[in-house]
Order: sequence, then structure tokens, then C-alpha cells
Amino acid sequence: MSQVITRQRSTDGKPKLRRFHQARWDEPIIFELSREGQRGILVPQVEDEIRNEVGDVLATLPETMRRKQPPKLPELSQPQVLRHYVRLSQETLGTDLNIDVGQGTCTMKYSPKVNDQLARMLEMTELHPLQDEETVQGILEVMYRFEQILKEISGLDRFSLQPGAGSAAIYTNASIIRAYHESRGEAGQRDEIITTIFSHPSNAACAKTAGFKIIALYPDEDGYPDLEALKAAVSERTAGLLITNPEDTGLFNPKIEEFVSVVHEAGGLCAYDQANANGILGITRAREAGFDLCHFNLHKTFSSPHGCGGPAVGAVGVTQELARFLPVPVIEFDGSKYHLNYDRPESIGKIGPFYGVAPVVLRAYAWVMSLGAEGLREVAEIAVLNNNYLLKKMLEIPGVSAPYAKGKRRIEQVRYSWEGLTKETGVHSEEIGLRAADFGVHYWTSHHPFIVPEPCTVEPTESYSKDELDEYAAILAHVAEEARTNPELVKTAPHNSTIHTIDHTPLDDPSQWAMTWRAYLRKVRKEAR
Amino acid sequence: MNEEQLTGYPYIPNSVPAVKEQMLKEVRAESAEDFYEDIPERLRLKEKMNLPQPLWSECALKRHVEGILAKNKTCREYLSFLGAGCYQHHVPAVCDEVNQRGEFLTAYAGEPYDDHGRFQALFEYASMMGELLNMDVVNVPTYDGFQAAATSIRMASRIAGRREVLISRTISAEKLSKIRDYCKPGMEIKLIGYDFETGQLALDALKAEISSKTAAVYMENPSYLGFIETRGDDISSIAHDHGAICIVGVDPISLGILTPPVEYGADIVCGDIQPLGMHMQFGGGQAGFIATRGEEKYVMEYPSRLFGMAPTSVEGEYGFGDVAYERTSFAVREEGKEWVGTASALWGITAAVYLALMGPRGMVEIGEGIMSRSRYAMLEIAKVKGVKAPLFQSPHFKEFVVNFDGTGKTVAEINKALLARGIFGGKDLTREFPELGHSALYCVTEVHTKDDIDRLVDALKEVIEK
Amino acid sequence: MIEKRLGLIVNPIAGIGGRVGLKGSDGAEIQKKALELGAVPQSPTRAIQALERIKSMKGVLEIITYPGEMGEDAARACGFEPTVIGSIKQGETTPEDTRIAAQEMVGLKVDLLLFAGGDGTARDIYSAIGEGIPVLGIPAGVKIHSAVFATNPISAGDLAMLYLRGRVSSLREAEVMDIDEEAFRQDIVSAKLYGYLKIPFRRRLVQSLKVASSPGEKASSEAIACDIVDRVGDECLYIIGPGTTTRAITSKLGLNKTLVGVDVVFQGKLVATDVNESQLLRLLEGRKVKIIVTPIGGQGCIFGRGNQQISPEVIKRVGKDNIIVVSTPEKINSLGGRPLWVDTGDRAVDRMLSGYMRVVTGYNEQVICKVSC
Repeated sequence: MSQVITRQRSTDGKPKLRRFHQARWDEPIIFELSREGQRGILVPQVEDEIRNEVGDVLATLPETMRRKQPPKLPELSQPQVLRHYVRLSQETLGTDLNIDVGQGTCTMKYSPKVNDQLARMLEMTELHPLQDEETVQGILEVMYRFEQILKEISGLDRFSLQPGAGSAAIYTNASIIRAYHESRGEAGQRDEIITTIFSHPSNAACAKTAGFKIIALYPDEDGYPDLEALKAAVSERTAGLLITNPEDTGLFNPKIEEFVSVVHEAGGLCAYDQANANGILGITRAREAGFDLCHFNLHKTFSSPHGCGGPAVGAVGVTQELARFLPVPVIEFDGSKYHLNYDRPESIGKIGPFYGVAPVVLRAYAWVMSLGAEGLREVAEIAVLNNNYLLKKMLEIPGVSAPYAKGKRRIEQVRYSWEGLTKETGVHSEEIGLRAADFGVHYWTSHHPFIVPEPCTVEPTESYSKDELDEYAAILAHVAEEARTNPELVKTAPHNSTIHTIDHTPLDDPSQWAMTWRAYLRKVRKEAR
Repeated sequence: MNEEQLTGYPYIPNSVPAVKEQMLKEVRAESAEDFYEDIPERLRLKEKMNLPQPLWSECALKRHVEGILAKNKTCREYLSFLGAGCYQHHVPAVCDEVNQRGEFLTAYAGEPYDDHGRFQALFEYASMMGELLNMDVVNVPTYDGFQAAATSIRMASRIAGRREVLISRTISAEKLSKIRDYCKPGMEIKLIGYDFETGQLALDALKAEISSKTAAVYMENPSYLGFIETRGDDISSIAHDHGAICIVGVDPISLGILTPPVEYGADIVCGDIQPLGMHMQFGGGQAGFIATRGEEKYVMEYPSRLFGMAPTSVEGEYGFGDVAYERTSFAVREEGKEWVGTASALWGITAAVYLALMGPRGMVEIGEGIMSRSRYAMLEIAKVKGVKAPLFQSPHFKEFVVNFDGTGKTVAEINKALLARGIFGGKDLTREFPELGHSALYCVTEVHTKDDIDRLVDALKEVIEK
Repeated sequence: MIEKRLGLIVNPIAGIGGRVGLKGSDGAEIQKKALELGAVPQSPTRAIQALERIKSMKGVLEIITYPGEMGEDAARACGFEPTVIGSIKQGETTPEDTRIAAQEMVGLKVDLLLFAGGDGTARDIYSAIGEGIPVLGIPAGVKIHSAVFATNPISAGDLAMLYLRGRVSSLREAEVMDIDEEAFRQDIVSAKLYGYLKIPFRRRLVQSLKVASSPGEKASSEAIACDIVDRVGDECLYIIGPGTTTRAITSKLGLNKTLVGVDVVFQGKLVATDVNESQLLRLLEGRKVKIIVTPIGGQGCIFGRGNQQISPEVIKRVGKDNIIVVSTPEKINSLGGRPLWVDTGDRAVDRMLSGYMRVVTGYNEQVICKVSC
């Protein structure tokens, strides 16, 4: 019996691909489950004495302010609400479930459960941000200590944990750059920010939101940011440089120092987007390269879970000279107590309502504390080893290439190209990705615009075992083979996923698009609600 | 156990020396150093980073962090009447259960196939918010209510093609600071005064300031200071008469009983969904929403992603995707559409669960219950000598200003004394709104019992009449 | 059940000159000469390669085509049963056949017109139907300067299928260019811009959902127009080259730019349209001048293809610093890393223009592009 199973599950000791099928509940939209009168939870009753004293409070509202009809929310009992959302959860492929190396640039590493446990302690969840400082010394201590950790990792002098994710942090950096030039009377003159095409698109978008004109540099033939192009881009209008390094190609720019000095010479500031820091922790820092600002994504490098897209923290770091512009308040320690300091007249103001998403900071702190300096170094080295190992396996798949810097090593991720396979078979990168979903993994192409043709960006991180990396490569190799022998199967994928091929046409048509159930009923089903 | 004896880090599977060796061999590398050969020597860290000693065992780590957190005093041990943007409401157990599910907690940006559940959950969030707000378009959550307000204002500026926004003076100073920073490129902010008796936005002042340069009028309901703006329709009329857009910031938990702003003329509605199932978390449970009607000119201006329903190749199956239309000429505005990034999606899913549990009756009951309790609190607090509650003669929702001018004590002193009695008093407004004298912002929700409120009143009496 | 209709036109003689060293295939003379030299028609094979990619739509797709070598043969070779219209003289097909075929297919309301040929064929189709329906070219000619072609027959077939299956729905305007062959044989390159055809392009196949997708080309052109219009000053004369992106600029100013010519704008008004070199030189006299150009055709040429009226002399007088290059990001990206280039006819001017240039790609957005010669 066991031999039959072994034969089915492996060939010559190598595991066969799993016969995966994602949960498919064909679950209705929650409104369709509604039955009048059902209650999911009951709210606390107002005591009679209060009622007697206040009477009918709603009558104190003017007619125009009183809601006439209760909101048309669905009515379900509690177990039905739970069942519905647990089913939807099953239909979501989180890192807890899959070999999540296919979401390149997202750094989908393991988010330790013990840190989630800590983040759910009452001493974290039941704190109001405006409580007297005396009563929140614990969380202030965690945030302060974490700031010290980031200072050491980056070499910079002060941090703010207020921005709500990477893009918010980039925006904060752009705002600080703006404030800096304003303080020197050069704000009108310096209105250009330089970035690169392979940096995260938010570098351009956020700087633009802050009022800057953007100049983007295309890579040179080797895939590195073009230093000559930078020299052509700087002028007396340069406010600064916003650059990701390593870029999404996984290449560390060996001329990063020159980049910084060219911009400094022109009078601009340099901000280091460290979203791709996972491969260089303890190896190289923002300070030595000359950067004035940087940011880290705590939900990427520092293990806080991604939460379907937040909550998150984008920690912003600056040199001493720029510290006065940081968002307010900053956390200070006087030797015995932690304080929130609002007395920062040159601060850019508030980025968000309070001090940042504290439970995310807590998880990041705990993660660093479990590893220490040696551990962080190990994280970086293994993340890079895993990436280069997977690179070797990927390049063994006919039709796959890793454009740029031929023969060179990569840092923590690689942007591959399926162009060879596409030319041969007509199967496109996106289609390969959808077929990969039939084996229970994610796959991401690239940010727009697609500079690398038929792209696929993979970032293993340090969290997956050799066996798991082998499995991921085996899946893509198998799909590539199918592209040659059975392209229709690949082109019509996914087959084993939660739903079947989506028809996007209504999403582009204003008369058809529906972002809410009520709009859908009205526009598509032509039903009144 | 020291470094050499450690055979593998729990979070780093391939750190086992034998596996590491094997992999290095396969990629023909001597050591990990080979991979960093393109990094110039000058930029290489020569020494180990100076970080705290690691706590390898989970047991020691937990103990360490728990030890630090134990220095906190929570709103369970203390009786809190704090609000001002972060609120203590009951968090249903099912909300915590759903947002702890590993799949939701650790998912990110998969396709609408492998992450279909995430898409459906967020679509349902938007749909239920749509019912609460009576509007057709709601975005995937942004960072917080501050961001929602700031983006709403810039959206309005793009839509109206104008650069000026008029904001009620009773807005929080911190929110205003965010708006000022965010709207710095080319926008002008003017503050509109309020009636000292009622707190209500002064319509005359609004009429005097508004012009054809005004892109938007921004008001909040309830106000940051807790009272309900009763003349929303007048405000929106004035705005529309001048071709300006009316933006209203709301507290979603009030919408079971308060009129959705679209019904008194709001074009854009925004706010923070933290009250809908998120623990306070020291301010870490915030998430912002922006809602509009379905007209193209509004939809085009959202910087956030909008998820729409789409059919699949199987009849009756639900699919989702980004509404990603070819943006045409009237949509392209100068500043671009801000940005899209990670924000607060998990809180959106949590709010969906909350609204599904509460249903229509729950939302009506909670709104009415909160108003009753806060009204009771106002009446009782007003009985303390020298104290005025509420300061503004208007209906209130869950927050209200309490004035202590007649007591001869500062808010700081009173709060210190309350603290000693295990109570967090309301936010001190003295510096933020000096014209209100010695005032504080108190918040009462459904978690407060009559005994809680009575205890506050007794404590105030004790502290003030001493 | 028929869901979609595909119009198919194969120009059997396109490309016939190339393999045997003749620089084009226009005219019966050249065709005869090529066949005498042993040339074998290329386009039928290419057409078949493309149609192979669409085979899976056999049951739901109606192919409407012309007889024999103008499409029927290719369709049947792939297992289709095409609807054959029109009539030709086998072995003696002419550009007129192409034009009539195109017109008839438009009349029959085909969803997409797929053709195998070169610039000449594209030009013929354009002259017959303009921007009437979406068109896509299978490259099979010697002269491929127009931007209406897919990169190769396989990708042409793929794109056609994606469009027919509704998985791709975006269209953009692509330049139809043709080179004067007589001049070309004398080593004089002279390309003319004839107009634009609408072609499908793959903006989004599956959603890349980490960030918002990039705006379409039309939106990019609009954004560029906003940027330029903000900058346009009253003291300057503006020489505006042809292209859809430059046309968006003049539209924003409320002006009617000529489709394929060089126009001149001053203080918000068109002072001259469809000018030649000498007219430009006259207008330049004693004025501050700026040139606004955009790459024409699919190859990224900013001077020398389709805008030779802006001659080396004009460029020299205006000066490199007063040249504004605009381009949608999509166009730059379609170059696949290749630089922009210039071929004004004057080596010194070419060298002056090469190096790095700023290119306006959106509102307050520029890129630095390499320019080579």
C-alpha cells in the first residue's frame, strides 16, 4: 500500500507536483445570505435610569439629521457571518499557506506567530494614544528601542515610525526635502526630483504629489541606473534623488556612491528607498553611501504580516541635519522616562493621526530581538543564497532568461523574462502565472511599464527551505513544458483555482462598472434596492 | 548555546550548515561573500552591527516583550473617556477571529484568482459602507482618516479645477496640519469661523469667504468637537451655488441614526473606520475611507484602487478586478492622481465583518445607545460646580466639550487628579482651542455603563469641589 | 456560433524584393525583376504563421478574405473555411485590389482587419479606410517603418486573437509611413508620414495588482499636452512636428493641426501650416524659436523620418537647448531599451543632437533618453 502511495507521490526520490485545488466555495455575496430579523451580535442595553433621565435622544436631532431608514445592511446570525468570512479566507492564498516567493519586491517572509500573539496582548490593543505618558511607558519604550535599532541598521540619526507604509514614507521624505529647500529659500528654484524607472513607481508618484517635477532615468545596457543620464539630468533645479537599491532587477548599483555625490554637488538631497533591504542587512548601509534620508518597510524586511495590503509602517530615517523636519511628535528618552516631543517648530507636521501603527512596530522589534546582529546577517545571506540558488534553477528552464548583468550574481530578487518561451510558443508571462496558480503558488510579473519583456519577478527571502524552492522551480518548469506541448491548457488557466477566467470588459465600461453591490444590482441586474 | 552551536535559526530553514553548503556548491560560490562582490569595498560594513543581544528562545523573547508591555496601563484597568479620533468601542470576537486567520493576515497582492477571497471581502466592505453612506463608490481603505480627508480635498481640487478649500475652524489641529502639508503644492486653505454658542459652522462667514476660486468646502459631522452640524443642507447649497464641491467627514458608527451626508448634499464623504471593529492599539487601528457617487468624473479621480464585480467564463460565478478604465481628457489633471500602495486593507475586511454582525438594527441601536449615554453624561457632569457640559448648545453624538473655567483649575490639573483615581479624563483642548478657555473633549460610547459615568462624575466632584 | 469576424488581406508580393537585394517591391517592373531573380513570396508563409495562432477560434470566428493568394489560400492552409469575397487576377494583384478588399471588409463590419505586407500595403489600406476599424499588420515587407505592425507573425497572431477574444480591448493610433523608393535606391532616405491606423495593443492582459496600471496612451498624450501648454510662452515661436502626441498639444490650444505636416504656432495661433524648410527658415528670422517633436514610426526616430522639413539648417539655428521632445511612456518603452535616434542628413547636426536628452512623458514628468545617430 505504502509503495503505491510512494510511487504516486514521487519519482526517483523527487517529489511529484502536488495535485492542488484551491478552496472553491462558490460563495454568494453576503447580501444574498441575508434573512430579515437575524442578528449577528447584540449591543449593550442602555440602563433604565439613563433612559428615564435623557428621554428620546433622537428627538433632539433636527429632522434633516435623523436617518429615516435604517441602512440596508445584510442581516445574518453570528455563525453565518463567521462561516462566510472563513470561507473567503480559505479562498485567499496567504504566505502561511503557499511558497510565496512569486510576489517579488514584497518580501513575503515568515511572520512569526509569537509576534502576532504579542501584538494582541491587552497591553497593546487596549491603549488609547492620548493616555497620559506615564501610563504608556511600555509601548513608548518599544518604539524608542526600535528607532535605535533602525539607526544602527541604516547608520542614520533619527527615525519616524509615523508613515503608514512604504509609499507614505516616500512621500514623507519628499516633503522633508521640500521643507529643507524652503528653509534655505530655494524651494521655487529646486522643483525637480530624479528617480529611476526600476525604482518603485511610488518614488515618482509620491514626489509628484509633493509638488515636484519628475525626471526618470532609464537603465543602461547592463540594467544599472545610467550615471551619464544622471549627469545630464542634474541642474540647479535639482531638489533630490529618490532611488531604490538594489532595484527590482536584484542588481546592486555599484556606482551608488557616485550617484549620491553627483546629486549632492548639484545641491540636492538623496533618499534611499530601502524596500529591497532584505538582502543587505548588516552588509551595507545608507550612511556610508552618503544618503540623507531613507525608509524601510516594516511589513516587508521586518516581518510584520502583510494583512492583504496593510496595516503597515514605512519607517523614515534622516541625518541629524534633517531631523528637525521629521513629523511630529518624536519619541525621546531622558534617561528614565520616555516622552512624546511636540516642540518641533520646523516639523513638516503630521503624516498621520498619532504615532504610527504601534503593533506593527512591536512585531518588527520582537523579530529583530529574536535574531540579533548575527541573525540579521544570516537573514540577508540566506535570502541572497536562496535567490541565487533559485536563479540557477530558473535559468535551467528553456525559454527563461535573466536580463542584464549576464553572469553576475543578484542580491535578493530577480526579474526574469519569458521572452524566449513566448517567441517559441506564443504563451505570455501572465498566462504562465495563472497556470502556476493551479499548483498553489503566486506569481508576479512587474510594475508598469514592462521594461523587461514578458517579466516575472521572484524574491525567495530567507523563509523557504531548499525543498520549497525546488518545488517552485519545478512548477514553473512544468508549466513551461506545458506551454510547448499543450499551450491551450496554459492559455485557458487557471483550472484549479477558486474561480474561472474573468472577463474584464465591464470593468472598463462606465455604464457597467460596479464597485458596490447596490451599483451592481442597479446597473447590471437592473434591480431596485 | 553560542553561535557556533546553533545548527539553524527557526525562521531561516536553509541556515542549517549542511544545507547551506550544498546550496553554495550548486551555485558555485565559496561563501555568501561571493554574492556581494559587486558592492564596493568602501560601502561594506566591516563590523558586526551594534544591536541588542538576541533572545533566541521563543520563551525568552516573549518574556522580554511582555515585560516591557507590562509597564503599560490599559483602558481595561483604567476608565477612559478619551476619544479625539481613536475610540473605545466593543470589538466583536468574530472580528478578531477573522482578522487573525492566517490566510487573510498574511496575504498581499495575488491575482483575483488565487486571492479571490480577499477581493470578495473587500468588495463586501465597500458594499456595506455603500449602504451605510448611501453611495455607490467606496475605496479600498487608505491609511487613516487624516489621509482620507487630505485626499478628498485634492480630489475635489482636481475635479473642480480650482485651488482653494474652505475648512471649518473646529477641525482638529493635527488633521489640519496633515492637510496643510499634503495640500501644499498650489492649494490654499481658508478657515471658516463658528458660532461660539453652538459650535456650528458660521454660514455668514462661509458666504463671505466662498467664491469662484473655491474648489471645496470641508466640514465634519459630528465635528471634531463632538457636536452635530445641523445645517448640512445649507452648507452644501452654498457650496454648490458657487460651483464648489461639498466634502463631509463622518464617524461611520453614527450612521445608523444620523442622515448620510449625501442626502444633505455631500459630494465626497470621508472618515475613519476604526470604530467599526478595530481595537485602539495606541492609534494603530486607523483606516480611512472615501466615498462618492458613481459619476465618471469622480471615479476617475480616486488614487486608491477600486474593485468591481466582473463575470467569469462560468455562468453565475463572481469575479473581481480593478476598475481600470482608459482615463480620458477630462480626467487628466495636473498633479496626477497621488499614489497607490499598501495601506489598511485588513481593517477594511474587519469592518465588513463588523457591519455584517451588526446589521441594520445593531447600527441603529448602537447609535441611539451612544447618544443616550453621552447625553446622560453631559447632564450629570453639568451638575458639578463650575463645570459646563456640553459647552456647545447643539445636539451631540459621542463626544462633547466640557468647560472648567468656573472651577479655577486647569484641565491638566484635573486630569492628573482623575488619573490618580484610575480615570483617563478627556483630551485637553486648552492649547488647541485657546478661545474655549479651560476645556476638554470627553467621549462616551456603548462600553460605558451608568456606573462608569457616575464614577467619573463623583471623581470630578471630588477633584473640583475639594 | 460565429462570435467575431476577421478580415484577412495578404499582399502576395510584399517583401519579394528583399531577399534578392532589391530595395522594395513596388511596381510591376520590380516585381517581374524579382521573380526573374528567383524570389519567393514571403507574405503567404508569414500569414499562415500568424493564423496558426488563431486556430483555436475556428468554431466561433468567421474569416472574410479575398480569393487565392490574397488570403483564401493561407486561411485554408490553417484549416479555416473562409468567406471569400471579390475577384482578382492570380499572379497580377495590384494595390487597387488591396484597397477595394479593405473597403469591402469594412462594409461587412469585420471586427479586425489583419493584413500581411509592408509599408506599401499599410499605406494602401490607410488610403482606403482611414481610421475606420482596428487594423493589425503581419510584417512581411522589406519596408517596415510604420508602427502598425506586430514584431513578428507569431505575435501578430497572438495579439489578434487576444483582441478577438476580448482579453485586450485597448486601441491606439499608429503611424503609417512609407519611404520614397526611388530616392531610397539612390541612398537618399526620405520617409513620409501618411496618417494613422488604429491598432490593438496589449495594455493589460491580466491585472498587475500591486499598483495601479499606467494610464493609456491617450491619457498620456493629454498629460503631456497639459505640461507643454503650461510652459508655452508668448515670446516664442513654436515649430511643431507631426505625430499624435504633438497633435494633442495643439488640440489643447484649440488649434487644428495638420495630420502629417509641420505647423508653426505663435501666441496661441497657427501662423503657418504644413510648411517646408524654406518657409521655416523665413519664419525663424530674428525670433526666439522652439521646436517640439515626437518620435515618428515604430523605431524611435525624432528627426529624419516624417519631419524632414525641420532640416539641419533649421535645427542649427534653433539650437539643441530649444528642442523639446515629447513622447508617451508607452512609445519609449516599446523601443525595448534602444535609444532614440536622429538622421537629419547632416552628420555634424546629428552629432550635436546625440547624447542624452530630456523627453516630456507626462505632466511634470520627464525621462532622460539616450539619443544616438
